[in-house]
Amino acid sequence: MTYKYFPHTDDDLRQMMEKVGVQSLDELYADIPETIRYRKDYDIPLSASELEVRQAFERLGSRNQQLTCFAGMGVYDHYTPSVIPSLLQRSEFLTSYTPYQAEISQGTLHYIFEYQSMMAELTGMDISNASMYDGTTAAAEAMMMAVAAGKKARKVLVTEAYNPLTYEVLKTYALHQDIELITIPVEDGVTTLNALKSKLVQYTGEVAGVIVQQPNVYGIVEDFTGFADACHEHKALFVMDSVAADLAVLKSPAEWGADIAVGDGQSLGIPMAYGGPYVGYMCCTEKLIRKMPGRIVGKTVDNRGQRAFVLTLQAREQHIRRQKATSNICSNQSLMALHVTMYMALMGRQGLREAAEQSYGGAHYLCEELVKTGRFQLVYDKPFFNEFYVKYDGDAEGLYQRFLNAGILGGVRYQAGFLFAVTEKRTKEEIDNLVKIAAL
Amino acid sequence: MAKVLEGLYYSESHEYVKVEGNIGYVGITDYAQHALGNVVYVDMPEVDDEVSAGEEFGAVESVKAASDLISPVTGVVLEVNEALEDEPERINADAYENWIIKVELSDKGELNNLMDAKAYTEFCEQ
Repeated sequence: MTYKYFPHTDDDLRQMMEKVGVQSLDELYADIPETIRYRKDYDIPLSASELEVRQAFERLGSRNQQLTCFAGMGVYDHYTPSVIPSLLQRSEFLTSYTPYQAEISQGTLHYIFEYQSMMAELTGMDISNASMYDGTTAAAEAMMMAVAAGKKARKVLVTEAYNPLTYEVLKTYALHQDIELITIPVEDGVTTLNALKSKLVQYTGEVAGVIVQQPNVYGIVEDFTGFADACHEHKALFVMDSVAADLAVLKSPAEWGADIAVGDGQSLGIPMAYGGPYVGYMCCTEKLIRKMPGRIVGKTVDNRGQRAFVLTLQAREQHIRRQKATSNICSNQSLMALHVTMYMALMGRQGLREAAEQSYGGAHYLCEELVKTGRFQLVYDKPFFNEFYVKYDGDAEGLYQRFLNAGILGGVRYQAGFLFAVTEKRTKEEIDNLVKIAAL
Repeated sequence: MAKVLEGLYYSESHEYVKVEGNIGYVGITDYAQHALGNVVYVDMPEVDDEVSAGEEFGAVESVKAASDLISPVTGVVLEVNEALEDEPERINADAYENWIIKVELSDKGELNNLMDAKAYTEFCEQ
C-alpha cells in the first residue's frame, strides 16, 4: 500500500534502516535514558469520526476549572481586546511563514518593523530584534550574548530574586556552553549594589554579564542605581529582565543603563493559555547590535524609490556563519509578536499606563486588605507593582485549597509564602471575595 | 589591478603587516578589499588582547560576505583603528592607509613565513 501523504512508506523506512545499519527505529533512540522512555501503548483508537474527536476533546476541556486568577510570577492575566484574536486569525497572518523573501513578505516584515519600533520605545533601548520564543529563552540568549561579547569571561551573575523557572532555563543553556552562573544574594528581598560589587570584585575579570529582574520575583520594584556603572567598570554587560507591560510606567531599562533588555511579552495582552505560546523580547544598545541573536527588520527604499521592508541583519544566526553563531535561533515568534504589536497599537501610551495603574491599585488594595485580616504579613517592606509576597500565619496548603474550592486561583505558593498578582481584570468584588475566604 | 606595496609582508589569507621597529600594523590588502566589495563592518579585538599568527582576531563584513581576519603575526594589540567603527568603508578607499590593529610583535622571526610584495603579486595572479 502506498500512502500518498506520508513521507515515508514502510519500504522507505526499511531501506533507510538497512543503509544506516539498524534493525529498528528504536535503536535510533538508544541515547535516551531508559528511565524516561514511554514503553506502553498510546491507547489512541485507530479511527474516530470528527464528531467523536470533538466530543472527546470537549470532555477533556470541560475538566479545566474556570478560576479567578490571582496568580502571576511572570505570567499575568491582562485583558485581551477582542479585536486582536479576530485580526490575528486572518490567514495572511496565521499561516505565513518566516519572511525570507522580502518581495512577497512586505506585510509580515512591516508588522515586525512596527513591533521592533514599539519594543525599542517601551524599553528605551536603541535596537530590538524581531522577537524570541519566550521570556525565558530571551534571558538565556542574553546570557550567551554577554559571554560572546565578554570574550574570555565566562561567568554570569544572576540575582537571587530571580524567577526560578527562568533560572532553570539559564542553567540548561549554560550547562554545555561552559558558562558558570553565580548567584548574587539578596538582602531584605532586593539586590543591593554592595552585593553586586562584592561579587564583581570576587570574580574580577571573569564576569561577562549581570542579570537582574524588574519587578523581581517577589514583585518588588528594585532600585538599580549604580548597577550599570559597576558592571561596566568590570567590563560586564548589565542585563535587565523586565515584565513588558510594567515598563509603561516603570523606569525603562535604558534609563537604568542596561546594555540588554529582555523579558516576556505575555503581559502585553497575550492570554495566559496554560503556558503559551508567548513571545520573548530582546533589545540592546547599538554597540551590541552585531552580537545580538535573531534578526532585525529594517526599512529601506526599493529600486523605484518606494518604501520597502527587508531583513536587514542576522549577524549571529547559525545559518549565516555557523561557527560564529551565538545562538541557535533562526526565526522569531512572529504571530505572538504581532499579537503584542496590535495590543500596544490599540492601547496606546495612555491605555498601557491605565492598565498598569489599575493593576497597581488593585494589588495594593488587596495587600492592605490581607494585612488587615491580621493573618498576613508583607514579608519585605519594599515598593511593589502588581504582585506582592506575603506570609500566612496558618495552614498555607489548606488555604490554597479553600481558594480553589471557591473558584479562585489564589496566587502562587513560593518559598514559605504566597505571591499574589492583580491585573486590571480583577474587580473589587473579586478581591473582597478572596480576602473574605482568606480571613476565615 | 590590485595595488601591492613594496616593503610590507603578506599572508595567503590576504592580510598585510607593515613593520616599524617592534610594531606591526595589520590590515587587509587591496586585493582583499576588491574581492570583498563595500565593507560595512569590521569586528576588531580589544587593546591588550593577544593575537597569534595563523589565528582569527576579528572579521570583516562586506555587502557580499563576512570573512574572518587571520593574524599574520603574534603579539599584543596596542591599538585598534577606531575610525573603522564609524567608517568601515575607509578600507575600500585605501586598505594600506587604514590598518586594523597595531601589534607589538613578540617574534619578528615569524615575518619570514610571510610573502614579500613580489611573491604576493604572483600569489594573487595565480
